[in-house]
Amino acid sequence: MRVPLSWLRDFAPFDREPAELVAALDDLGLVVEEVVMVGEGLADVVVARVSEIGPIEDADRIRRAVVEDGADRVEVVCGAWNFEVGDLVALAPVGAVLPGGFEIGRRKMRGVVSNGMLCSGAELNLTDDAEGILVLNEVEGARPGQRLVDALGIDTDVVFDIAVEANRPDAASVAGVARDLAARLHLPFHLPGVADLAAAGGAAAPRARLEPSGPNVDALASVRVDDPDLCPRFTARVVTGIEVTSSPPWLSRRLALAGMRPINNVVDASNYVMLEIGQPTHPYDLGRLPGHGLVIRRAATGETLTTLDGAVRTLGIPGPGLGDDGRDCLICDAHGAPVAIAGIIGGASAEIGPETARVLLEAAYFDPLAVARTSKRLGLRTEASARFERGCDPGAIDPAGHRFFELLALTAGAGMQVAPGVLDVRGEVPVPFELPVRPSRIGELLGAEFTADEITRLLEPLGLATQPVVAEEDALAVTVPTYRSDIRPAPMGEADIAEEVARTFGYSRIARRMPSWPQPGRLTPFQLDRRRVKDILCGVGSTEAWTSTFVTERDQIESGFEPPFVEVTNPLVESERFLRSSMAPGLVRAVVRNSERRHPNLRLFEVGTVFYYPEDRDLEPEEGPPADTSERLSAIFADEGDDAWTAVWVWRTVAAGLRIADWVMGDRAHLGPAASVLHQYRSAALASIVAGPPDEAGSVEFPTELGVVGELDPRFVGQLGLVNPDGRPRRVGWLDLDLGALLDTERAPRRSEEARPVSRFPSADIDLAFVVRDAIPAGSVERTLRKAGGDLLESIALFDVYRGPSVAEGARSLAFHLRFCALDRTLTDREVGELRARSIAAVEREHRGELR
Amino acid sequence: MTDGLDVGSLVEEARAAIAAATSTEEIRQVASSVSGKKSPLAEAGRRLGGLDADARKELGRQLHEARTTIERLIESRRRDIRSAELRREMAQGRIDLTEFIPGSVSAPPALGHLHLVSQTRDALEDVFVGMGFEVAEGPEIETDWYNFGALNIPPGHPARSMWDTFYLNLGAPETVLLRTHTSPVQVHLMEDAVVNGGLPIHAVMPGRCYRQETEDARHLAVFHQIEGLVVDKGITFADLGGTIELFTTAYFGPDIHSRLRPAYFPFTEPSAEFEITCTICHGAGCRTCSQTGWIELGGCGMVDPAVFAAVGIDAEEWAGFAFGFGIDRCAQMRHQIADMRALTDNDIRFLQQF
Repeated sequence: MRVPLSWLRDFAPFDREPAELVAALDDLGLVVEEVVMVGEGLADVVVARVSEIGPIEDADRIRRAVVEDGADRVEVVCGAWNFEVGDLVALAPVGAVLPGGFEIGRRKMRGVVSNGMLCSGAELNLTDDAEGILVLNEVEGARPGQRLVDALGIDTDVVFDIAVEANRPDAASVAGVARDLAARLHLPFHLPGVADLAAAGGAAAPRARLEPSGPNVDALASVRVDDPDLCPRFTARVVTGIEVTSSPPWLSRRLALAGMRPINNVVDASNYVMLEIGQPTHPYDLGRLPGHGLVIRRAATGETLTTLDGAVRTLGIPGPGLGDDGRDCLICDAHGAPVAIAGIIGGASAEIGPETARVLLEAAYFDPLAVARTSKRLGLRTEASARFERGCDPGAIDPAGHRFFELLALTAGAGMQVAPGVLDVRGEVPVPFELPVRPSRIGELLGAEFTADEITRLLEPLGLATQPVVAEEDALAVTVPTYRSDIRPAPMGEADIAEEVARTFGYSRIARRMPSWPQPGRLTPFQLDRRRVKDILCGVGSTEAWTSTFVTERDQIESGFEPPFVEVTNPLVESERFLRSSMAPGLVRAVVRNSERRHPNLRLFEVGTVFYYPEDRDLEPEEGPPADTSERLSAIFADEGDDAWTAVWVWRTVAAGLRIADWVMGDRAHLGPAASVLHQYRSAALASIVAGPPDEAGSVEFPTELGVVGELDPRFVGQLGLVNPDGRPRRVGWLDLDLGALLDTERAPRRSEEARPVSRFPSADIDLAFVVRDAIPAGSVERTLRKAGGDLLESIALFDVYRGPSVAEGARSLAFHLRFCALDRTLTDREVGELRARSIAAVEREHRGELR
Repeated sequence: MTDGLDVGSLVEEARAAIAAATSTEEIRQVASSVSGKKSPLAEAGRRLGGLDADARKELGRQLHEARTTIERLIESRRRDIRSAELRREMAQGRIDLTEFIPGSVSAPPALGHLHLVSQTRDALEDVFVGMGFEVAEGPEIETDWYNFGALNIPPGHPARSMWDTFYLNLGAPETVLLRTHTSPVQVHLMEDAVVNGGLPIHAVMPGRCYRQETEDARHLAVFHQIEGLVVDKGITFADLGGTIELFTTAYFGPDIHSRLRPAYFPFTEPSAEFEITCTICHGAGCRTCSQTGWIELGGCGMVDPAVFAAVGIDAEEWAGFAFGFGIDRCAQMRHQIADMRALTDNDIRFLQQF
């Protein structure tokens, strides 16, 4: 909402500096987004006539010009070429300060002294033209020496561009802004009448023309409302014998400053009223209105109307959104043909034209929700719809009609005749109501005491009249006027009043207090562990990335998922309308992008949500989570030499860091769709062991799947463009963990927190190498050795894997380092020998492994 | 008349040779012999010059077709061989990942870096934990009720235009969406508290949010917010102001302060926008703060009685305040990031700075 200061002054004597007014407006929540100083910096600029133009030696971009400013001849240097001798131009003499604070000094260029500047429209903030200087030959009456502001008829003014909140339709008007501001600054507020128009720069309208005369309105026109729920109140007034002409200059200028284009005296008067008091009205050419009447009804399904902007609008069809039942309100002529979409935009048929002599003025109250849904569905937001959908003041309908006539009378000619009476179809509209308010409650909400008197003094300037409630101590009755549709009835309304009290009192004047409570602040174990896992990932040299949630259908399919996918119905980029089921495409692309920027070697990880289309798609929206999601950690290892082993190492580091008690790597058969990004032979599933080791054959029950580890499939990697210089896909390690499972200590048990004593006695080391068939995982052998070693086995580690001539085809040698130790004694050689034999026997028995 | 040359059999011979190739090297040799410079095809082409115009045209056409066919066959065979070789290589490279030898993978020369957004989020969480808040989280996909309805924004409410929403193909049209703010987590918390006797609530709720907005230097369509909610007895607007001020000085530093000014949010009343001392000029006035010395950080207010009613909390017994602001915005301000899109670019040279 652009509000000129000169207009605000119609309502109250706002004589403060603009900066002070801006501060007050901001503090009221009427945030000033921009202050435009109209005519600022033009005070010193004068009109001058060019009398001489000449070249400057050694300069081909600038010229010397001599201009006459009415008194003197002034020599200047100028870089523009769009003027000739005899032209009238704008001269900023030495000492002038242009818009933006640019001061003109005396300068010497190529030996020529410039005693001022010939200005472009852009330099003066008048036009966008920065190429050439402003030539004023066409300006009527302009003469050298005249001040530019006088020549152009510019009055200085200040325009505040105010961001009006959605709940304050009343503040979408000059009156509403002025009311708040006057209350805050303790200034008297009054609504301007006819007399004030003179103050604004116009002559007062001849009173005679406003006296109703001639035939009664119901003889000239008719109104019928078929759907009062869409249009609770509709009024029509008629004026005849008018001349359509242009508005008075002061009125056009105010409209222009407020951002509206002046059109003609009728349309301008309507717009002026809307800006001034917030009530949109609509003038129809009564002569072009078939049947001389209006019918207000809901649109038939699929009914169309060509609106003022030339577009054909289809109505009456429900949109996809909640609450859009397709009930659109139309204004129709007496024969039923639509002439306007109620509260939003007019049709072309009954538009005011130069020939218009009789005007029917609509001023109505439309159902805010109906205007909102129609406007949203049509994608059509107008000055009128923006006000109606927030809730206009039904009390402003009659003042608006009256004000329209006052303004029209200034220019409509001597023949103007206001028809007596008003066609008024009135249903249920909001009315002023009494709101009980407890001063103590206001104090409790705000944390500052306010007496009933103080509250009264703060509210009354806003038009919120208060009265003590007889026989009750802690009670006020606040009368809420219809223009404050944001204030609700009890019980909610008390909070609304608290805000009004705080707002006029000043938010910044309410003392602050730091609350305290006996409950400690903390992170949950899950949140702490998630941080720990991320820190571990950083510790192994990987950096956290943030890739897009939105992916293409192809990304989804390449990552191993099958439709349907969770899909955005209104995506920003049409192809990227799916919610990712895997972070793999995003992370591979991030590596590709860094490679293109010559940083090919890096490790990245991401913690984020992935989405799956829910199995149970008939879920009612109120029941449970509407989609299947999983919070995962995915990591890609693409540093030099990285491969599946890197991923395995990282996994083991994570598992150790979290103290995961027991886990296994399983075969691919157990992997879900997420595994299709994995190398078929260099990958494994990760699972926690909740109870019991894998069975004899080395196959593993999968109590809780934790994720996958390995290497990305070269085809997947290649397709996304992650290739070596020779064009072959790069080898990259991949780790993908389901954080929900991994960090759940029920599903992935941790080692006991109980401290284990460490032995003070020496330990005994033995190395054992077994030849075991390839089909048996080394992990199974290790598990068997652990079991055989029992409590006396302090640690075990694989230290060599050998395949070669001395080992049978299809098998390999696995060499383990075992350390034994007892808590209470030094193990004897005999005991160690027994442990060794037991270990060997176990591997021979369980895996048919042979000691090498 | 084509100079006794049977183009058809030439193609058939080539087809057989191509089919017989089984490795990249073989197909390269075959390609050279059937379509290379010394191939019968090339020989025939070179002889074209000696023919009369009609014969030249006819044979030229045939040779062109033959070449096209042969090259297509070569390409297709080459693709098959390559993918077979890849499969073979993959099978040969079979690994038992449990053969991991500790110490065999070397530790990296340098630590990795947490994303700046994570670092910012952690730092914010830590400040609030120190002030007595718990940290709660909620789903990124929400129903209309949690994102709007329970927050006093019923269907058709004009305030909905304050949030440009991504809707999903789940349920009835425009009923399931990507949350536009973290406020729905408030609703979950309060509902749970009512059911499980979990009042009072002192929690902050960080998380990822989505808005259907074109991205620019200051806005991302996918972004992070942190929201705070206190529901307790005797909580006032003065407590809100104090909490915001303490947070501001704790996170941004002792010379950065906060102020509240009236605003509108459907889920709070009274509502406020909160601004902090400009972190660039420390209040002196600069371009970033439009010479005001203040920059807008977020929104806040007392929980609206309609929200309490929606979740079943007695507004006479309990009072509460809520606040929210952008995590990414904090990072942008604190680190003077000119273009927010640097956060999603994943350029390692950017990520490693923090």
